[in-house]
Amino acid sequence: MAGGSGSSAVFISEKEGDFVEKAMKRYMPIFVLPTFCAFILGFIVPFIMGIWLSFCKFTTVTDAKFVGFSNYVKAFQDTVFRHSFWLTALFAVVSLVVINVFAFALAMALTQKMRGTNIFRTIFFMPNLIGGIVLGYIWQLIFDGILSNYNTALKLNEWLGFWGLIILVSWQQIGYMMIIYIAGLQSIPGDVLEAAQIDGATRWQRLWKVTIPMMMPSITICVFLSITNGFKLFDQNLSLTAGEPSKMSEMMALNIYNTFYGRTGWEGVGQAKAVMFFILVVIIGMIQLRATRSKEVQQ
Amino acid sequence: MKKRKVLSVLLVAAMTVGMLAGCGSSSSSSDSGSSDGDKEASGKVYYLNFKPEADEQWQDLAEKYTEETGVEVTVLTAASGEYEKTLKSEMAKTDAPTLFQVNGPVGLASWKDYCYDLSGSDIMGELTDEGFALKDGDQTLGIAYVVESYGLIYNKALLEEAGYTADDITDFDSFKKIVEDITARKDELGFSAFTSAGMDGSSDWRFKTHLANYPIFFEYKDEGIDNTDAIKGTYLDNYRQIWDLYINNATCDPKLLSTKTGDDAVAEFVTEEAVFYQNGTWAYNDVADLGDDNIGILPIYMGIEGEEDYGICTGTENYWCVNSKASEEDIQATLDFMNWCVTSDAGVEAMCKDMGFVIPFKSNLESENVLVNEANAYNADKTAVTWTFSTMPSEEWKNGVGSALTSYAADQTDANWDAVVSAFVDGWATEAAAAE
Repeated sequence: MAGGSGSSAVFISEKEGDFVEKAMKRYMPIFVLPTFCAFILGFIVPFIMGIWLSFCKFTTVTDAKFVGFSNYVKAFQDTVFRHSFWLTALFAVVSLVVINVFAFALAMALTQKMRGTNIFRTIFFMPNLIGGIVLGYIWQLIFDGILSNYNTALKLNEWLGFWGLIILVSWQQIGYMMIIYIAGLQSIPGDVLEAAQIDGATRWQRLWKVTIPMMMPSITICVFLSITNGFKLFDQNLSLTAGEPSKMSEMMALNIYNTFYGRTGWEGVGQAKAVMFFILVVIIGMIQLRATRSKEVQQ
Repeated sequence: MKKRKVLSVLLVAAMTVGMLAGCGSSSSSSDSGSSDGDKEASGKVYYLNFKPEADEQWQDLAEKYTEETGVEVTVLTAASGEYEKTLKSEMAKTDAPTLFQVNGPVGLASWKDYCYDLSGSDIMGELTDEGFALKDGDQTLGIAYVVESYGLIYNKALLEEAGYTADDITDFDSFKKIVEDITARKDELGFSAFTSAGMDGSSDWRFKTHLANYPIFFEYKDEGIDNTDAIKGTYLDNYRQIWDLYINNATCDPKLLSTKTGDDAVAEFVTEEAVFYQNGTWAYNDVADLGDDNIGILPIYMGIEGEEDYGICTGTENYWCVNSKASEEDIQATLDFMNWCVTSDAGVEAMCKDMGFVIPFKSNLESENVLVNEANAYNADKTAVTWTFSTMPSEEWKNGVGSALTSYAADQTDANWDAVVSAFVDGWATEAAAAE
């Protein structure tokens, strides 16, 4: 394979005489190969195996017996799974709004001309560097410390758990999205805004008619990241509430995990749920990308 | 140029020496192996250990065995609560564990295809009681290697300070009276009756699994069965009585139980904030600071008729299984290793003294663990309550009961107790059906 593409690269380069491109084309397979191998081994192979296993009954992944669609039937009959789907959808929407509104506002604030913006950016970004499991346990201590004054606890009420999770995830991800928005804001040419100002546009008009349309590429990315993160949320859910009370705060990823390990012989059902989960996240991601992409404007 | 030559000669020399050394050691090990018999020549042992608290001792023991026989023994310990997960991934590997463990009939159901039939093996002959073998039909697929007991660990000095001794506790009523008296005089005494019955994941198994064993055990006894697909919950009112007693006479408000951990309970017990702490003989090292004369263990009474005739709850959820998919030599090596562990002086010493186990084999040594000895003394003239919780249908079932207990503790209404009963009885039927 490497040889074939190499010779075609020579053919092209002879015609164009572009040294850099020639070198690029010739060595590309070599540079791509390690990542390509890692991608096959670490993603493609497990992915195909995962789909295969969703049609099997198995204890270890190398020793599976084909059982057809029965895993999918069981997964659809599971009322807890359905509950976790709606909870996850709600969570994704709420976290999407909260994270993006706050991140955008922070980005606006921290691109103003004032002292110490870099320090603030660093501080807001920092929560993102801590792992989800650790965050979950730390926030659990904080929340329960506060809630104990009111004689209750995070694991006793699903809505406390839900909002706790929203707070945790917002705290963790706002800084990250903020960085993306800051990059977007800095790329807006000053003359456009200036022209709008001279034409008499108010602050609000400038924000809605100029800044936001020009920010659409950043918004696309941030919305995509926060909605898929919302759906995939696992670590924080596991460590903060562990699905208590009685699985009422269990979201989809955690539900899949618990299905896989919770009962003897249900590994395949967990796998089937995981495949459905994958398809769902892909569809939602696609719809969202299409919707926001269409609003993007050419600069 | 000359330097380079010298260097390469040196390198070649080093390599040769290394190779010779390698060959030398391997040939010497196979020598010692063949002197013991041909069967040990080529196998190796890979033990996936369940007990993190005994990890170091297993590593030492494995090293000792390798020194003695030349057979390679690898010990990997799964993190607490992660055994099934680790086992699942390890078993999928080419070099899978040759020795692993299951927790009883339910665990066996998922690993049956991987269990080598141990009938007629040397180690079977060492068991003191056939009951410690885990059977499936006429096959013996697992062998218990440690026997443990649990009950109410108590602080003798504190109990005396409150004006009682263990002899005053003869049944549920007398126990309840003492507990409630301690609670009534809590401020004056400066301690509570119970440590917090934490429902955090590190501690909830004490109640959703171990305490729940009692109603199940007595129901099985009434019905004359040892497993079921549909539990009736005959003794759930008694379960409620003892749970009420635990949560309302503890160091903390019952609403806060969901946040309390296993470490919290240990800390409260060791710092003498509470008299009673429900746990087992394995917790000895955690509470040993109170002094051997000061700690004891009592049976748990919950007002079930005839329960006074029973002793401490004793049993096992640790069954050794040999991987039947391993190679012939590895299986043999593993069987030899198991047998060595429970017959040789070094093995028995390590298991009984270093790890503090009571082993169900003829070679068992007298324990230095006060809780074990007290439990044995109790059970000497009484029948032990056995561990039936290994027949609980699934982890899901335990979690369901645990969640319901937590909600009930926070708001002790009949409706919430009905949820516990439902998780217990209906949940059992659902889970038993789901497990196929």
